[in-house]
Amino acid sequence: MAFIPPKETYPGRVYSVSIGTGQKEITVGGENVLPFHSFEGAFSNRPLIAYEIHDVPPSDWPESVQKPYLDVCANPVSWAKYCQDILNAKAIALRLIGTHPDRENRSSEDAAKTVKEVIDSIDIPLIILGSNHTEKDSSVLIAAAEASKDRNCIIGKAQEANYKTIAAAAIANNHKLIAMSELDINLSKQLNILITQMGFDKEKIIIDPMCSALGYGLEYTYSVMERIRLAGLAQNDPTMQQPILGDVGMYVWKVKETIADEKDVPLWGNTEERGIAWEAVTAVSMLIAGAEILVMRHPKAIEAVEKMIDELM
Amino acid sequence: MALTGVEIFKLLPKTNCKKCGFPTCLAFAMKLAQRQASLDLCPDVSEEARQKLGEASAPPVRPITLGTGENAVKMGEETVLFRHDKRFVNPCVFALGIKDTLSSEEIEKKINEVRNSVIDRVGQKLKIDAIALLNDSGGPEKFENAAKILSEKAPEIPVILCTTNLSAAEVSTKLYSDRKPVLYGANAGNLEDMSGIAKNYKATLGIAASTGGLNELSELTEKVKKLGVEDIVIDPGARKAKEILEHNTLIRRAAIKKNFKPLGYPIITFAQREDNLLETLFAALGVAKYSSIIVLSSIERWKNLALFTLRQNIYTDPQVPMQVEQKIYKIGEPTEESPLLITTNFSLTYFIVSGEVENSKVASYLAVMDCEGLSVLTAWAAGKFTASKIAQFIKESGIEGSIKHRELIIPGYVAILSGSIEDKLEGWKVTVGPREANGIPAFMKSRMK
Repeated sequence: MAFIPPKETYPGRVYSVSIGTGQKEITVGGENVLPFHSFEGAFSNRPLIAYEIHDVPPSDWPESVQKPYLDVCANPVSWAKYCQDILNAKAIALRLIGTHPDRENRSSEDAAKTVKEVIDSIDIPLIILGSNHTEKDSSVLIAAAEASKDRNCIIGKAQEANYKTIAAAAIANNHKLIAMSELDINLSKQLNILITQMGFDKEKIIIDPMCSALGYGLEYTYSVMERIRLAGLAQNDPTMQQPILGDVGMYVWKVKETIADEKDVPLWGNTEERGIAWEAVTAVSMLIAGAEILVMRHPKAIEAVEKMIDELM
Repeated sequence: MALTGVEIFKLLPKTNCKKCGFPTCLAFAMKLAQRQASLDLCPDVSEEARQKLGEASAPPVRPITLGTGENAVKMGEETVLFRHDKRFVNPCVFALGIKDTLSSEEIEKKINEVRNSVIDRVGQKLKIDAIALLNDSGGPEKFENAAKILSEKAPEIPVILCTTNLSAAEVSTKLYSDRKPVLYGANAGNLEDMSGIAKNYKATLGIAASTGGLNELSELTEKVKKLGVEDIVIDPGARKAKEILEHNTLIRRAAIKKNFKPLGYPIITFAQREDNLLETLFAALGVAKYSSIIVLSSIERWKNLALFTLRQNIYTDPQVPMQVEQKIYKIGEPTEESPLLITTNFSLTYFIVSGEVENSKVASYLAVMDCEGLSVLTAWAAGKFTASKIAQFIKESGIEGSIKHRELIIPGYVAILSGSIEDKLEGWKVTVGPREANGIPAFMKSRMK
């Protein structure tokens, strides 16, 4: 029996989305096949990994992932420059976690100032993330969007409760927008529709279906991402054809497996290597499921995932 | 793909004789399609139809067992490409590669590593399942010697004997003749001899394509089948991530969507790399994308934990929530003054809540109640997380003997229950906690003030 490769073509295609400006502008998405399936179609744009930095020192990060940034993380500008110039980051994700009312409760003006300083010190694309406090994010992200006007950033995350103000800020300042919903393809689709009904260009949305860490619901994120990709490609659903973002580091570096000392759990092995592997394995799973943009923390995990992408492209 | 009811109906006699016990041939065909009836019930079916239906009803990926006894592992039997369609059936086998160039002490050390790899996670015992003996020496002596050590010192661990040397294959497979090993190393050059050995000792034959890829592989499996070997695992020969993804995807698709029998076998993937972290990621690709055996060069504990967890996640039944055991969990080292919180036993709920309690750095008791794996709101809506059930659980748990206070913190989403719990749990005070777990650290901090 002769073997005929059962290749598949799809009517749909993921939108190409460009971020950043000038020579360092980067395009993600654009494929008309499942992740890395270049044997049956076009998968030409490499997934992008952004280094996560914070507006305040990352005191809540476990020791093994604070360590690589100890000398630079007191100041977001030096942290960003370190990622760009020394670690060769292709993009930065600045999370304004210090604006959260339970944290430093920084004002929108302070946040905007940080954004301005960071964006003026780098030439690679910037992703600007709020603190995930839906009310506070509305005001913080408006200020942040203005401070980075026309620099073609990704801002977010817009959620059902606050998408109107954040989407309006993204339109006014020419940014892309992350639309985040909680682990449900229907909610994700609905939010995309609501945002486009405001007149927001559907091709400027980035989907965040909510990430989960390995061992902590990864399978849910994995399947939602696969289903979003299949809806966009096989069913040609225009509301599900945006690139997908996986906010990996934030979910990974708070689970026990990335924190617990080997002395306390000898069966789990070396703490640092375990944490790095946890982040890298989570990241690769997200890429295989359909993510085009990842936000990550540990330089060694990012380096390994980049090597894996090299081999998959 | 299996035949549909209508396709099966066309092959039946269409007499509606009812001898099968069903009112019509069509009704019988529908039951056959759902695999709820056997074709043997029809006395009048033609030989041709029997043959066609027999082929169609065989699983698209052949079920194969590696090893025997308690440690035997099943492979194959997969029916879908995406886990959201239906559960992936048999979790992939992780095998530690052991080179035959190692000394006997080193081999025994590796055996112990495999034996000690067991980790308990969410009630499941996860471990390195097998050993793959590698013929790095190139000759038969060292391989045979190493196989003897494995067979004597670790008779319970399933093995994959990897060699293209016929003498090594013969001797080692014979040692394992009743223990369902995989003999891996059949190729275009040695097919007949290797098939003979596998057949003699009832081993599963591992077939590797060289440069011909999936076409060559299909031809090889067909030849082997004609030689009388039915249990096969296949290696398309790819070693780069991109090709592994391509080959594994095309193999699984051909088997499932086209019912292409020559590739309807479990896939073996060699993930060994110089760079250990990259090897881990490579293995992760195999876990997600259809490998049935993944051979590793080392099994450090951190690496095992990550890979076992991924395998558990990917192979979880998407329709059955993972559950944790009902009990009072200690977080940190709680004293008789420590707070008591309650939640449901959906594993994700438990993980997230316990993680956030831990993040709050306040030693606590977490009462996890059996709600059949539902999350808090769903369990409440389904009547499984109710005041009377919570009261009963708290009383029977014996927590009253471990704490001095009588305060129970409930999830904010079920604030409505606070009054009725106080009614049913005499002497207790109910405090409403945050709605989302991520509010727990701030909540706990505010209580300390």
